[in-house]
Amino acid sequence: MTTNTPVVKLRGITKSFGGRKANDDIWLDIYRGEILALLGENGSGKTTLMNILTGLYYPDSGTIYLNGEETVIRSPKDALDRGIGMIHQHFKLVDVFSAAENIVLGNEGKLDMEKAKSDIREICKKYGFAVDLDQKVYDMSVSQKQTVEILKVLYRGADILILDEPTAVLTPQETDRLFMILRSMRDAGKAIVIITHKMNEVEELSDRVAILRHGQFVGDMLTKDTNAQEMASLLIGRPVELNIERPDPVDPQPRLEVKDLTVTSEDGVLKLDHVSFTAYSGEILGIAGISNSGQKELLEAIAGLQPVDAGTITYLAPDGTNDELIGKDPFDIAKMGITLSFVPEDRLGMGLVANMDLSDNMMLRSYRKGRTAFLNKKDPRRLAENVVSDLSVDTPGITVPVRTLSGGNIQKVLVGREIAAAPTVLLTAYAVRGLDINSSYTIYDLINRQKRNGVAVIYVGEDLDVLLELSDRILVLCGGKVSGIIEGRNAQKRDVGLMMTKLGGGISDAT
Amino acid sequence: MQHKEPLFHIVRRPLLPWYRAALIRLLSIVISLIICGLLTTMLTGLDPVKVYKTIIVGAVGTKRKVWTTLQNTAMLLCASLAVTPAFMMKFWNVGAEGQILMGCLATAACMLKLGNLPPTILYPVMAVTSIAAGAVWAAIPAIFKSRWKTNETLSTLMLNYIATQLVAYYVVLWENPKGSGAVGVINADNHEGWFPSLLGQKYLLNILIVIAVCIFLTIYLRTTKHGYELSVVGESERTARYLGIKVPSVIIRTAALSGALCGLAGLLLVAGTNHTITTTLAGGRGFTAVMVSWMSKFNTAAMLLTSFLLVFLERGAGEIATVFELNTSFSDILTGIILFFIIGSEFFISYRIVPRTKHSSKEAK
Repeated sequence: MTTNTPVVKLRGITKSFGGRKANDDIWLDIYRGEILALLGENGSGKTTLMNILTGLYYPDSGTIYLNGEETVIRSPKDALDRGIGMIHQHFKLVDVFSAAENIVLGNEGKLDMEKAKSDIREICKKYGFAVDLDQKVYDMSVSQKQTVEILKVLYRGADILILDEPTAVLTPQETDRLFMILRSMRDAGKAIVIITHKMNEVEELSDRVAILRHGQFVGDMLTKDTNAQEMASLLIGRPVELNIERPDPVDPQPRLEVKDLTVTSEDGVLKLDHVSFTAYSGEILGIAGISNSGQKELLEAIAGLQPVDAGTITYLAPDGTNDELIGKDPFDIAKMGITLSFVPEDRLGMGLVANMDLSDNMMLRSYRKGRTAFLNKKDPRRLAENVVSDLSVDTPGITVPVRTLSGGNIQKVLVGREIAAAPTVLLTAYAVRGLDINSSYTIYDLINRQKRNGVAVIYVGEDLDVLLELSDRILVLCGGKVSGIIEGRNAQKRDVGLMMTKLGGGISDAT
Repeated sequence: MQHKEPLFHIVRRPLLPWYRAALIRLLSIVISLIICGLLTTMLTGLDPVKVYKTIIVGAVGTKRKVWTTLQNTAMLLCASLAVTPAFMMKFWNVGAEGQILMGCLATAACMLKLGNLPPTILYPVMAVTSIAAGAVWAAIPAIFKSRWKTNETLSTLMLNYIATQLVAYYVVLWENPKGSGAVGVINADNHEGWFPSLLGQKYLLNILIVIAVCIFLTIYLRTTKHGYELSVVGESERTARYLGIKVPSVIIRTAALSGALCGLAGLLLVAGTNHTITTTLAGGRGFTAVMVSWMSKFNTAAMLLTSFLLVFLERGAGEIATVFELNTSFSDILTGIILFFIIGSEFFISYRIVPRTKHSSKEAK
């Protein structure tokens, strides 16, 4: 098999959305027997380009050559008929159907379930999938659902597979397994494209990288000929430093004392079980844990959004007075003179109002100021302008709805607003989720600046490497209990990983 | 394998400058008028120019007609303004009809039972009771929604029927003369509780009050903390909670405001124009108002124009029905076509249709 002639050639692809060019004259080749990593920052046009290739969007201009022949792809079905299949970030499966039923769904012609199943098993054997075809989707883990999605396009005969950030939702072990499968598919001669912005995955998995920036094609190269540093620089368009700073805490004082905090969710599940810790000023306390171990409840309890069963949350003000935060809502807490900022996980559903413009979103925290019944619109406008210029938010202006910005810019707006209040405590939940490298480092930098200003930062994260580099101390949650609190500077990734799955890292088994 | 490029595809436009958007809207009205004209000739054989002339004459042909059209516009506008805060909060108040009727009922009760009070007391009492009646009628579903998460679309709708039946009951109770089955003109002799004429115009006070409401609501929604809070609640309750906004009290407060303005509309209908009460006094305005509010995207100035257009068409259509002896349904057909074009034009403001280019169709063979 030769890899010299590309199976897909994209030539001069251009696509605009409301005046903004998401793809601008892109040329890209995809080869058989190769894993191509499509790299690009948020909003650089990766997903748009792949959506054009899979028929979801129609390009404004440009042509697609498939096996050397000019092709017009008008719909996803068109694309599948030509062997192009895409696995989206958000799965599109019918919950009450079994794996096999979902896989054959939408196929035309007479349905022979037994034959279909044996065909699917054949595919599984060939590439090393492990799947129970009779399992219902609602019983499946995220990774199992992803497997079904992949099988679905393979069963339809796809030999060009596109995966949009496939590892975003997977654990490290599941990621390894997925990579194994992708490699075996490559070896079988399929063309594979993964969209990602995780450098280590690109280096580990791909044969070739193609880089997009601001909707334009920057270049492609063999992975073995490049490195993370070079790719990051190409992505961003200037040299970047990939290290996270960790200044030493200056004069740390206890700021927030949490004792025996216990929270039960509405449906009676114990979410936090006697959680105790102290957060200090000028320090970043990282919170690690596999997802849904109580991180959300912990932050929301501190912020006054989560009813608490038992325990205390005491705020120790810089002037030496103490205040109890339990039983107070965010407005009460603000009225007590405590500036507690919270960057929630759900940016557009909680932290910001998607349909309001930047200026009105800035007002969310401060609109109550002043004794009159009227709003002060001038200050929020100035704040919005400052945030846009200080954090270099990429926006056409401060009067556009925030939902029209890209993920990284939305987060900058949110973090910018929360920091502008000059908080003494800053809570952040998954502050860099879905953000590209450049935006992520901007956020780390902002958090570090707060730390230097003496803010007690509580940073809930999912990327262990980042937590280990950024945090002064790391609190590990496991099933709603504190598995341990360790120093960030000499913590080992392996130890933290163990503590995440077993209380105390297996040293004392309290469950 | 031959695959043709699609004939056209749809592309989202960048934000249009206001004058181009206005031009598209204007064009849609012109096209709709042309189509209506063609249809009129085809179906009735009448001269469309004559028909249009009659429409205009019917709506604004005489001084009296101008005032009636303005009065009707004011009433529709008042109801549209009233439902707007609720809809901005995503509180589906489809109970404006009932809330207006409750305002009517309260006003009529005051005029009948307290007619002997001095006007300086009677008017304020009428205003307070009618506004309170509307507010209560809207607050009930709001309390249920915020306490027990009931669906306000259903409860506000059901309360319409209760209001209608209440009015029906009192109509029988107050019927005058006995056996007529109607209340008749209230205080026909001395006009107690009737709105006075201003500058010799009996509708002028109504119109001025609605203009005042329009200004008040524009300021309330755009510049006050209350207005801001209700739009935050409407966009995302979770955000509101995150900020410590007391969501239940905002819901009840806003629904009550919406109902209060409906109650005021009831006051204007009974004391300002009709001087009687019937079960159909609200005349479907509570529902038309929902359309006006949404069509105007909650913009009060746009509501003014939309209300005027609807009333203008309705009155003009009524005229052609009588002049040409056409069925009134024919005027509804014309109104429907015009509305369809106006609403449809929004699509062309957000999107552009790109036809197949010569270049690529040649290549696709």
